[in-house]
Amino acid sequence: MTKKNLFLFFLILLLAGLAFWVDRPNVKPIDWPKLGISRDLKIHQGLDLKGGVHLVYEGDFSKIPANKYEEAHQALVNTIEKRINKLGVTEPIIQKGRIGDKRTVIIELPGLSDVEQATKMIGQTAQLSFLEMDSTTLQWKETGLTGAHLQRADVQINPETGEPEVAIEFDAQGTKLFKAITERNLQKPVAIKLDEEIISAPIVQTVINEGKGVITGKFDMKEAKALAINLNSGALPVPTKLIQQENISATLGPESIKKSLVAGLLGVLLVALFMILFYKTPGFLATLALFIYALLVLAIFKLIPVTITLAGLAGFILSVGMAVDANILIFERMKEEIKAGKPTLTALNEGFRRAWPSIRDSNFSSLITCFILIWFGSGLVRGFAVTLAIGILVSMFSAITITRTFLKLVVLNKKLERLVRP
Amino acid sequence: MQFLGSRKKWWFIISGLIILPGLLALIFWGLRFGIDFQGGTIYEIKLKTDKTELQSVLAPLNLPDLTITSTNTGSFIIKTIPLSKEKMDEVKATLKTKYGQIEELRQETIGPTVSSDLRRKAILSVIFACLGIILYIAWAFRNIPKPYSSFRFGICAILALIHDLLVVVGSFAIVGHFLNYEVDAYFITALLTVLGFSVHDTIVVFDRIRENLKRFGRASFEETANASLNQTLIRSLNTSLTVLLTLVALFVLGGESIKPFVFALLVGITTGTYSSIFIATPLLVIWENRYNRGKERK
Repeated sequence: MTKKNLFLFFLILLLAGLAFWVDRPNVKPIDWPKLGISRDLKIHQGLDLKGGVHLVYEGDFSKIPANKYEEAHQALVNTIEKRINKLGVTEPIIQKGRIGDKRTVIIELPGLSDVEQATKMIGQTAQLSFLEMDSTTLQWKETGLTGAHLQRADVQINPETGEPEVAIEFDAQGTKLFKAITERNLQKPVAIKLDEEIISAPIVQTVINEGKGVITGKFDMKEAKALAINLNSGALPVPTKLIQQENISATLGPESIKKSLVAGLLGVLLVALFMILFYKTPGFLATLALFIYALLVLAIFKLIPVTITLAGLAGFILSVGMAVDANILIFERMKEEIKAGKPTLTALNEGFRRAWPSIRDSNFSSLITCFILIWFGSGLVRGFAVTLAIGILVSMFSAITITRTFLKLVVLNKKLERLVRP
Repeated sequence: MQFLGSRKKWWFIISGLIILPGLLALIFWGLRFGIDFQGGTIYEIKLKTDKTELQSVLAPLNLPDLTITSTNTGSFIIKTIPLSKEKMDEVKATLKTKYGQIEELRQETIGPTVSSDLRRKAILSVIFACLGIILYIAWAFRNIPKPYSSFRFGICAILALIHDLLVVVGSFAIVGHFLNYEVDAYFITALLTVLGFSVHDTIVVFDRIRENLKRFGRASFEETANASLNQTLIRSLNTSLTVLLTLVALFVLGGESIKPFVFALLVGITTGTYSSIFIATPLLVIWENRYNRGKERK
C-alpha cells in the first residue's frame, strides 16, 4: 500500500518535472527524426490574441466536372499556399473548408497587418497565353498554349539591352505546341498576352524545338521577379471570390490580454486561498495538485500543439473550475464519512469511491458536448472545445490520482494524519 | 432545509420573474447580433473627432444600416452591411481626405454565406449537445430502481438547462440594449460553457438522488430528493463560489474586449447553480410523482 503510493508519488513528481521542462519559457525545440517527433514547443497564439489577417475565399467549381472537385479544391489550396509563402509570414494556415455545399479556402496569416498586400498576392491571376495572327481576319487568336504548360520561369538580364526579362521553359506538351506554333508562324509575329494585355509580339525567327522562350517587355527588376513568381505558382485553377476578411489588430490585443491574464491569475489565487481556508490541509494538497494540473495542461498544449485563442482560454478556465469541483466533491464526501465515525483512511477511500460516479458522469457529459462541438463547431467554438476536453481529461487524472496520492501519503503518516481530519 | 414540498411553486415563480424582463427585452428590443451572425463590415479606427461629425462625414456614402460606436479607448467602430473592396476603398478615401492619415485598428468583412453558416452551426451544435446529454444521462442513470425513469432525469436536466439559456439570452437582450453587448461567436462559446456547467451541477445532485434511492428505499421520492439537495448544497455553493471568484476578478480587472463574454458566464453560472437546486430537482419530483401516482390509479 505504502509502496504503491510512494511509487505513484514519484511518478507524479516525474511527470510534473517533465511538464515543467516543456513549459519553461526558453525551452529549445525538440527534434527526434528517428521517432518522427519534431515540436517547436512554443505557445501558438490564435489570431485574436496575436493579431493578423483572416481570409476566406469561395471557389467557383461550376466549370469543373463533379468527380474532379476534390482534386481542383486541393489544387486551389496548393496554389494559394505557394503564393502565400512568398509573403514570408510565419506559421500561415491554409486549409480547405466547406460552407454548406460550397467549397472554400481558409487562410490565416498571423502577425500580418496589411490585408491589401495579402489579397493582392493571392488574387493575382498571371494568366499567360500565346496568340497568333489569323491570316483571314488579321485578328489575334488563341493558340491553346498557356501558362499551364510552363515548367518554370526565371528572371534573367538580357546581355544586349541590359533589361530584365523572364526566361520560360515549357513542359513536354508545351514544347510540342510551341514547336508547332513557331513552324506555322515562321517570320510572322506571335503575341504574348498577360492578364488580358498583349505585352510583346516578337517575330518568330526560327523553329524552336527545345521548348524555351523569353518574355521581354518593359519590366523593371521588381516586375520581372513578380511575374516569374506568379508564372511559377500558376494560375488559380478556379475563379475565386473573397467572402470573409478580418484584419485583427495586434494593438487591440496585448493590453487586453495582459490585463485579463493578471485578472485570471488573481482569480486562481483567490480560489487557492478559498480552498486552503475552507478545507485546510486537504485544500492545500488540492492546490498543489491543481498547480501540477496547470503544468500538465500547458505542456500538452505545447506538445500537440494547440493554438490558444480567447475562446480556448475560456475552455481552460472552465476546466480549472471542473478540476476544483472534483476536489470539492471528494472532500465533502470525506467529511461526511469522517462525521459518520469512520477512521481517516477508510473515510478517504470511501470519499473517493462515492464521489467518483458524480465526477465521472458530470465530466463525461461535458466531454460529449466537447466532441459534438469539435466535430461540428466553427473555428472559434472548436478551439474552446479542444482546450476544454484536454482540461477535463487531465482534471479527472489530477483529482483522482494526484490529490489522492498526496492525501494518502499524509494519512498513512501517523504524525500527519490528524491534519486531514476536520 | 426544506427545498421541496409546498415551496416548489415559489422557485418557479421566482424564475419566472427573473426570466420575464429578459423575454420582454427579447421581444421588444431583440438581440444585437455581431457581424459573424449577421454578415457585415466592421471598421475600427482611431481618430480625433466626435460621433456626430464622423456621421456627417460618412453620410454622403449612403452606407446601409450604418452604426457608429465610440469606445472608451478613443476609437470609433463603424459597422455596416458587407462592403465590397471598391466601396471600402471609397470609405477609406473619404476619411483620408477629411482627416489625413488614419490609424486602422481592425477591419472585418463577413459575407452572408459565412454568417448564415455560422448561425446554422451554432444552433445545431447546441441542439446536438442537448440530445447527447439526454441520452448520456438516460444511459448513466439506467440502474436507478423502478418505477423511476432515467429518461425523466435526462429531460429534467435539459429543462433546467433551457431555463439557464433563457436567463442568459434574456439578460443579453437587456445589456445589448443599454451597453451594446453583441451576440457573436464568443457569446455562443459562453453559452456552451454555461450549458456544460449547468448540466454538470444538475448531474451532481441527481447522482446523489440516485445513490440515496438505492440506500433508503422506503422514504418517498420527495424526501429522498430533499435530503440529496441538502447533502450536496455545500458542494454546489463552494464550486460556484470558486468559479465566480475567478470570473468576478476577470470582469472587474480584465480587458474591455472580454467583458461581454465574462458577463454571460457570470450570469449563466449563477443561474446554473440556482437551477440545479430550484428547477431541475423540483421538476423531477413533480414529474416522477405524477407519473407514478397515475400508474397506481390504473
